[in-house]
Amino acid sequence: MSIVRTENLVHEYERRDEEGNIEGVTTAVDHVSLDVKEGSFIAILGHNGSGKSTLAKHINAILSPKEGTVWVDGLDTAKEENLWEVRQRAGMVFQNPDNQIIGQVVEEDVGFGPENMGVPTKEIWERVEESLRAVGMYEYRKYSPNKLSGGQKQRVSIAGVLAMHPKVIVFDEPTAMLDPGGRKEVIRAARGLNQVEGVTIILITHYMEEIVHADQVFVMDHGKIAMQGTPREIFSQMERLKDLRLDVPQVTLLAYELQQAGVPLPDGILTRKELVDALISPRIDSLP
Amino acid sequence: MLKDITIGQYYQAQSLIHRLDPRVKIGGTLLYVITLFFYKNFIGYGLAILFLALVIRLSKVPFKFMVKGMKSILFLLMITVLFNLFLTPGTPVVTFWKLKITQEGTELAVSMALRLSLLVIGSSLMTLTTTPNNLTDGMEKMMGFLKIFKVPVHEVAMMMSIALRFIPILMEETDKIMKAQMARGADFESGNLIARAKAMVPLLVPLFVSAFRRANDLAMAMEARCYRGGEGRTKMKPLKYHKRDFLAYFLLLFFVVASIWAGRLKLPMLMVGVA
Repeated sequence: MSIVRTENLVHEYERRDEEGNIEGVTTAVDHVSLDVKEGSFIAILGHNGSGKSTLAKHINAILSPKEGTVWVDGLDTAKEENLWEVRQRAGMVFQNPDNQIIGQVVEEDVGFGPENMGVPTKEIWERVEESLRAVGMYEYRKYSPNKLSGGQKQRVSIAGVLAMHPKVIVFDEPTAMLDPGGRKEVIRAARGLNQVEGVTIILITHYMEEIVHADQVFVMDHGKIAMQGTPREIFSQMERLKDLRLDVPQVTLLAYELQQAGVPLPDGILTRKELVDALISPRIDSLP
Repeated sequence: MLKDITIGQYYQAQSLIHRLDPRVKIGGTLLYVITLFFYKNFIGYGLAILFLALVIRLSKVPFKFMVKGMKSILFLLMITVLFNLFLTPGTPVVTFWKLKITQEGTELAVSMALRLSLLVIGSSLMTLTTTPNNLTDGMEKMMGFLKIFKVPVHEVAMMMSIALRFIPILMEETDKIMKAQMARGADFESGNLIARAKAMVPLLVPLFVSAFRRANDLAMAMEARCYRGGEGRTKMKPLKYHKRDFLAYFLLLFFVVASIWAGRLKLPMLMVGVA
C-alpha cells in the first residue's frame, strides 16, 4: 500500500525585487511523481538546490503544491481540512537540531507534539517515555537540550516526532550539521524506527554512505527525478552519478577504479565487506 | 563557560518552598509586597522579618544568595536613607552645622530601608526557588482571565519560554561572531563610548540575521509538529494545587491579616526617641 504518493508535483519559488515585483520564477520541483510503500526506507539524494528539501516540505504540508497533487496516507495535502491530520501522520525532522527543539527540558520537548494534538496528560507521559526509549535517550529526559551533543539533540527531535505516532517520518538532511559520530547515531536511530516500529522513513541527504541500507533511492537533479532504483542499481551507474555531481562511497569508488583497471568485480559494491569478499573469492579459485 | 549560564537566578534544592505551586509563590509575593506598605510601627516590620526568616529557612537557599540581590540596590538604599534622614522636617534630635536629624526623619529612614530590603529579599526568594519555566506556567494560568479581553496570554507565555530557551544559544552565537570579527581585526574594547557602540554594529548585524533565520526555522518546526496556538492544547505538566498549597495560602493570609493589624496599632516606629 502506498503511504506517500505525488503526481506531477510542481513547486515554484518567485524571486521578487525590492518593490515586490516578480523578477523571475525558479521551478524547484518539476513534475515529480513518486510512490512510497508503507514500511519502506526511502532515500532521496541530490546536490544543493536540486529541489529535494522542497519536495520534503510538501509531504508535511508546510508547502502546498502549485500543480499536481500529494497524498499522505490517502489524504490530499492541498485540502485545508486535512492539514493537521497530514502533519500528524507525516512527521518531519529538520537539519538544525537547535532550531527545532522548543522545550527547555528534553521530556518537555518530546511532549510538545502530543500537547498540540490535545492528547490527555497521562497518555502524553506514556508516549514521551516510549519515544525516548525508542531512540535511546530515556536517561537524558531531565537534561537541558543545550547540554547535549548534536547527535543526541537530533535523536531528541526524532523522539519528538515519534511521540505524535506518525506513519511516515521525513528526515530533511538530519545529519548535515553533525560530526561523523553524530551522523551514525542518527542514521542508526532512523533505521531502528523503520525495522522495529515499522515507520516509513524518507531520508533526504547528500551523504551517499547513508543510503546504502535504503530499499529504494531517488536521485533528484534540477527539480526532476534523474535516477531511481535500489542502492546497488544506483551505485553501478558511476558515470551518471559523476554527471550529477554526487560523491559515491569510497569503497564503491575503489571497486569501480579496480574494475576499470581490469580486476574482475561485480557492479555496485556497497560495503567494505562486499569488496573484500569479491576480491578474495577469485583468488582462491586461481590458487594452484 | 557560556553553556553553564543559568537564566534568572534559580537555586536548585529540594525544599517545601521549591515544591509549592508557582501560583502560590507569585500570588504570595505580590500580597507580601503590598502588605509591607501598610505597616506604621516596629511590630509590623518585626513580624515581616520573622516571617521572611522562616520562609528562607524552609527554602534551604543560603542567605548569601539573598544578600547578592541586595547589592544591586545598595546605592538606592543609601540615597533613600540619607535623604530621609536629613531632609525630613520635624523635631530635631541631633544638629551639627546646617544639617539636622529629626525624630520623624529617623523613623522614615529606618522604615524605608526595612521596606526596601524586605521587598527585594522577598521577591528574589521567589525567583530563587522557582524555575523560569514554572514561573511562565504560573503566570499563564494566573493571567488566564485576561483572555476575555482578547489578551493573547498563551502566546505571550509561549514567547517567554522560547526566549528563555534561546538565550544560551544566542549567547554562544554572540561569542562565536565576536571571535570571528576579532580574528578579522575588529576592536570591541578600546575607544570612547561612541566608538565602542559603533564597534558593536558588525556584531549585531550578523546576530540579528541569524536570530531571524532561527525564528523562521523554529516556526516551521513548530507548525510541523501541529502547533496551532493555545486552543485545544493539553498540558504535559498541568499545574495542580496540592494540600500544601492550600496550607501555604492559609498561612499567608493569616500572616497578612495579623501583621497589618499589629502593624497599624498606635505604637511608635522606634522604641528609642525623644520623650
